[in-house]
Amino acid sequence: MKTLAELAAIREQMKDKVAIRTGSGEVRVVVGMATCGITAGARPVLNAFVEEVAAQGLADSVKVTQTGCIGICQYEPVVEIYEDGKDKVTYVKMTADKAKEVVEKHLKGGAPVAEYLIGNI
Amino acid sequence: MVRSHILVCGGTGCTSSGSLKLIDSLNAEIKAAGLEEEVKVVQTGCFGLCALGPIMIVYPDGTFYSRVEAKDIPEIVSEHIVKGRVVERLVYNKTTEEEAAEGRTSSLNDTAFYKKQMRIALRNCGVINPEKIDEYIARDGYFALGKVLTEMSREEVVQTILDSGLRGRGGAGFPTGLKWKFAMGSEGQKYVCCNGDEGDPGAFMDRSILEGDPHAVLEAMAIAGYAIGADQGYIYIRAEYPIAVNRLQIAINQAREYGLLGDNILGTGFKFDIELRLGAGAFVCGEETALMTSIEGKRGEPRPRPPFPAVKGLFAKPTILNNVETYANIDQIILNGADWFKSIGTEKSAGTKVFALGGKITNTGLVEVPMGTTLREVIEEIGGGIPNGKKFKAAQTGGPSGGCLPASLIDTPIDFDNLIAAGSMMGSGGLIVMDEDTCMVDLAKFFLEFTVDESCGKCAPCRIGTVRMLEILNKITEGNGELEDLDKLEELANYIKSASLCGLGQTAPNPVLSTLRFFRDEYVAHIVDKKCPAGVCKSLLSYVIDADKCKGCTLCSRVCPANAIEGSVKNPHVIDTTKCLKCGACIEKCKFGAISKQ
Repeated sequence: MKTLAELAAIREQMKDKVAIRTGSGEVRVVVGMATCGITAGARPVLNAFVEEVAAQGLADSVKVTQTGCIGICQYEPVVEIYEDGKDKVTYVKMTADKAKEVVEKHLKGGAPVAEYLIGNI
Repeated sequence: MVRSHILVCGGTGCTSSGSLKLIDSLNAEIKAAGLEEEVKVVQTGCFGLCALGPIMIVYPDGTFYSRVEAKDIPEIVSEHIVKGRVVERLVYNKTTEEEAAEGRTSSLNDTAFYKKQMRIALRNCGVINPEKIDEYIARDGYFALGKVLTEMSREEVVQTILDSGLRGRGGAGFPTGLKWKFAMGSEGQKYVCCNGDEGDPGAFMDRSILEGDPHAVLEAMAIAGYAIGADQGYIYIRAEYPIAVNRLQIAINQAREYGLLGDNILGTGFKFDIELRLGAGAFVCGEETALMTSIEGKRGEPRPRPPFPAVKGLFAKPTILNNVETYANIDQIILNGADWFKSIGTEKSAGTKVFALGGKITNTGLVEVPMGTTLREVIEEIGGGIPNGKKFKAAQTGGPSGGCLPASLIDTPIDFDNLIAAGSMMGSGGLIVMDEDTCMVDLAKFFLEFTVDESCGKCAPCRIGTVRMLEILNKITEGNGELEDLDKLEELANYIKSASLCGLGQTAPNPVLSTLRFFRDEYVAHIVDKKCPAGVCKSLLSYVIDADKCKGCTLCSRVCPANAIEGSVKNPHVIDTTKCLKCGACIEKCKFGAISKQ
């Protein structure tokens, strides 16, 4: 027999897993995943974002998704972050470690990581 | 870590168009791509857009694929899942350029089909896997039950349902809270029943809820059990709904395993359990007294009321019987409060209503809209209008118990009282759209044939009266009608309505009365001019070939099964009306539009 507290624990544990389906999330992290991106290592970047966003408890507000070729293949893996009311931010030559840093500093802290931005490469 | 969910509709519509095969093939392709840790395939209940099935949604981006076939799966996996490139040709709603530039597809909720909808009863349909209780719990499942058991008295629960203004979604619109209040006042053994005997032709609301969100109904029944003081519930469901029966049984087993049904629920000492009873598909068993008689194991026949079920119901004990969709609203009312529910819809019809859109409409499927939404919004905006550029003629609501709303009433806000004022009724929510090619006399005949078949035969007005009415309609559609027949029809209809034992007979004449009220001229055309204006009633039609348009290609005479068309090559052909079977095969074949019905 489950108690109400155990029920709440199941809800907590499952909530993030189902949240992906409600299409909510004000911030969108879009990883370029065309052939160029994948070759340059976009897949570990994508997975790092998914894992870190969940680990930081941001899954309700941040949606990690993928797109095709963004068009600047020499800078792949490219990650773009869209936030309502703000300009799009483009990170280039990303790695899994850089992704974790972006989640920590940008998505959680609110300040883009300047050194990985396209203008600074 | 899972980064993407692919939701595949496992409702009856999509299952029959092959969605389960898609799931197998998706899983195989995903495994082949080595992505089984990252991508999860989920079988859900009905999304509502049945006309475009099989349906599939890829999250987190929310790309909505329709009419997916097994051969499309490798492309979806290799392009969309591996490379992030949406397979445009399969997307239901094309993305705008701006969205495409941002690498974003239209959200499902922005499509015309979903935009005006408000999903309360269907909130989990198409979102959760109905066979996983944990996913239901993730969406606040069983917390309404937890709330009533730990924070609310029985009286408070009943008062909340009363205050919410919830009315029975099965057809008659009786206030649900009142039913509960009557039953709460009775003593001794009591029962909670759920009416899942959805029988109206073209209605599939309850089926979709039971298939897509079975736990919502179980939870609400347990709440009802607590409120009225019952420890046993029965769900009466048609055996023709195998997927719903199967998922309900899985849900019951899971709820028992979690201690959400059974003894000492959530450790509060409250005891409640639910069993399924399968009906054999008799329409009359959707009537409450017949339904309970059938659960008792007897022949499903109605009995006179009073005594009402709240006083003397199942096994002669106080019983409440609510419809599936009614129950699907209960949990949300408890969680969000009566005021929240009352703020939705119209003054006398609170909340939303689920409709099964069918007939001559582009988006055949399931929609849930706030009460008070106009028929025009449902048909033109959500339903996507009438296909092939035809004109809207009428909408039929309430199935064999209801009536039709003509084009002149298309701006009527839909709620219980407006529909009754217009001579129809809400019914369980079947909404059949008709275009100019529908003959209203033929439509009335169709529904009457249904009730004649389904009358249980216990009382004479329904058993004999409906047959007599049908005979008159047959006479009219065969071209032998007289004007007095219309008066006879109305007289008979009124006798049947006032003298029948149960709701089946009391409402059986409605389709005839309603079409007589709004389309009397069509009846008159059948009787006086011996013509069927819509070109449906075969006896009143003759097929003719326009000699000026006919090129003498001989196609029609070769396709005619009755050898009724004569003529030689390159000369106009002629139909011998005495031999013609009026099958229409010649019209389909003619390339020059030379053949017409008159």
